[in-house]
Amino acid sequence: MYWNSFSEFLAMGSHGLYVWGSVGVMTVAMILEPVLLIKGQKELISRLKRQFRAERSEQRVGRNADRATPSQG
Amino acid sequence: MLKLVHAIISRDLRLAMRRRADIVSALFFFIIVVSLFPLGVGPEPELLRKLAPGVLWVAALLATMLSLPRLFADDHRDGTLEQLALAPQPLGLIVLGKVVAHWLVSGLPLALLAPVLGLQFDLSSDALWVLSSTLLIGTPALSGIGAIGAALTLGVRGGGVLLSLLVLPLYIPVLIFGAGAVDATVTGLGAQAHLSLLGALTLGGVFFAPWPTAAALRIALD
Amino acid sequence: MSNKQINWFKFASPQAFYPLAGRMIPWFWGLAAVFGIAGLYIGFLVAPTDAQQGEGYRIIFLHVPASWMSMFIYLVMAFWAGLGLAFNFRLSGMMASALAPTGALFAFLSLWTGALWGKPMWGAWWVWDARLTSELILLFLYVGFIALQSAIDDPRRADKAGAILALVGVVNVPIIYFSVKWWNTLHQGSSVSLTKSPSMAMTMLWGMLLCALACWMYAIAVALMRVRTIMLERERHTDWVRAELRELCEPAGGE
Repeated sequence: MYWNSFSEFLAMGSHGLYVWGSVGVMTVAMILEPVLLIKGQKELISRLKRQFRAERSEQRVGRNADRATPSQG
Repeated sequence: MLKLVHAIISRDLRLAMRRRADIVSALFFFIIVVSLFPLGVGPEPELLRKLAPGVLWVAALLATMLSLPRLFADDHRDGTLEQLALAPQPLGLIVLGKVVAHWLVSGLPLALLAPVLGLQFDLSSDALWVLSSTLLIGTPALSGIGAIGAALTLGVRGGGVLLSLLVLPLYIPVLIFGAGAVDATVTGLGAQAHLSLLGALTLGGVFFAPWPTAAALRIALD
Repeated sequence: MSNKQINWFKFASPQAFYPLAGRMIPWFWGLAAVFGIAGLYIGFLVAPTDAQQGEGYRIIFLHVPASWMSMFIYLVMAFWAGLGLAFNFRLSGMMASALAPTGALFAFLSLWTGALWGKPMWGAWWVWDARLTSELILLFLYVGFIALQSAIDDPRRADKAGAILALVGVVNVPIIYFSVKWWNTLHQGSSVSLTKSPSMAMTMLWGMLLCALACWMYAIAVALMRVRTIMLERERHTDWVRAELRELCEPAGGE
């Protein structure tokens, strides 16, 4: 291990702001990107499912109506 | 083959002559943009001489951009482009003809006008000559590369802004060598190397760009 | 068991690739984490300080991998684009559009970390150094690609137009880099060269390589995730997407 103390590690020889600024932004970006992707995929899946369910129920209603009409007539 | 290119050029020139106002507007855009810079940075001749190559070249890039969206749009709208794409001749050659015609009505006038504007920036007569010849040599590449962007954005919403987003980064080498040649003359270094590299870019741009342009046009017509 | 030959073209269809990608993603995340931890451990805890640049040099463990990845992803994107144009694979266009945002992100990160490195080293946030300038132009190229694809509604046309743009871009990148370098040497803005630090210690090199590998694995994982979303979106009218989603439905829906 190269560092003597934790505060020395944080200070980065007076370049702490620059080093941790890069580390921070890079970490945030690399966490945010997959999180947003997962969120987007979940939204897409639920949207598609809703759409499919709506289509299926429409079909069912249509079929029931077909079956219903001759008996009435 | 040459006949075809020639026919396309003369047709496009005839069409452009019917819309002379567009050409004149682009030229005045160039003049106004260039004239704004001294108003923005101050009239010191020393500073203006330093800025002149870059300002004139950037203004030339922007002025070229103005006429690019129209390069294929009119032919696309009236169906001519589809006819041309169905023709037995390679579409790339047709594009080459249109690129040359575009240069004749956009790049060439800029090159002829630039020395007059260079006077505003207190350029020496040597530098004015070099400025004019860099624009003469370099602007065909702008028309060639621009044609790719015009074909890619054909019929796409927000086409004009998108076109500049696609094309301007690709113009950077032309800008660097074009403005660099004038700068080298101003500072007393020779402009020879810049000019030859600019010529190479133009040759490459004019002869290779029509093929991706043709491919992009076919995609747009599908 | 005897017939072990894999038909690679089978995986070129979205239908087959979707579950395959789903199975691969956790592995790439795992590899990214392992390489990333190892690289950062070496880079930030083991590697000695740089004689010239002090501790600020540790930014290279982030900056160099980010720049490498931004350039490499552009090449990979152009490769997929070319493949898509040549063979008309549906998958390749999707891969190209899945890679672009990640490439743009790396280009941005490279500029960001470059600025934070430049401030203590050169005393300026931004220097018109050939590499930084080229990186900025690369970001412009990514932005152009993404903007073009999002402006075209028909995904097939968007793929093809994007492919042409990516190929034109990849031909132009060396020309742009050369011209920027030429411009830079003439104007002599900065005399300090970053990668010319003469004796890069072995530990530093290892740290950098491991970080670059981590970024690579990360890029693959994220691109696979994005390509799965794109596949679902584009193929939503097909049977396999319905089957896939109903399968996803089952644990929650019961019945």
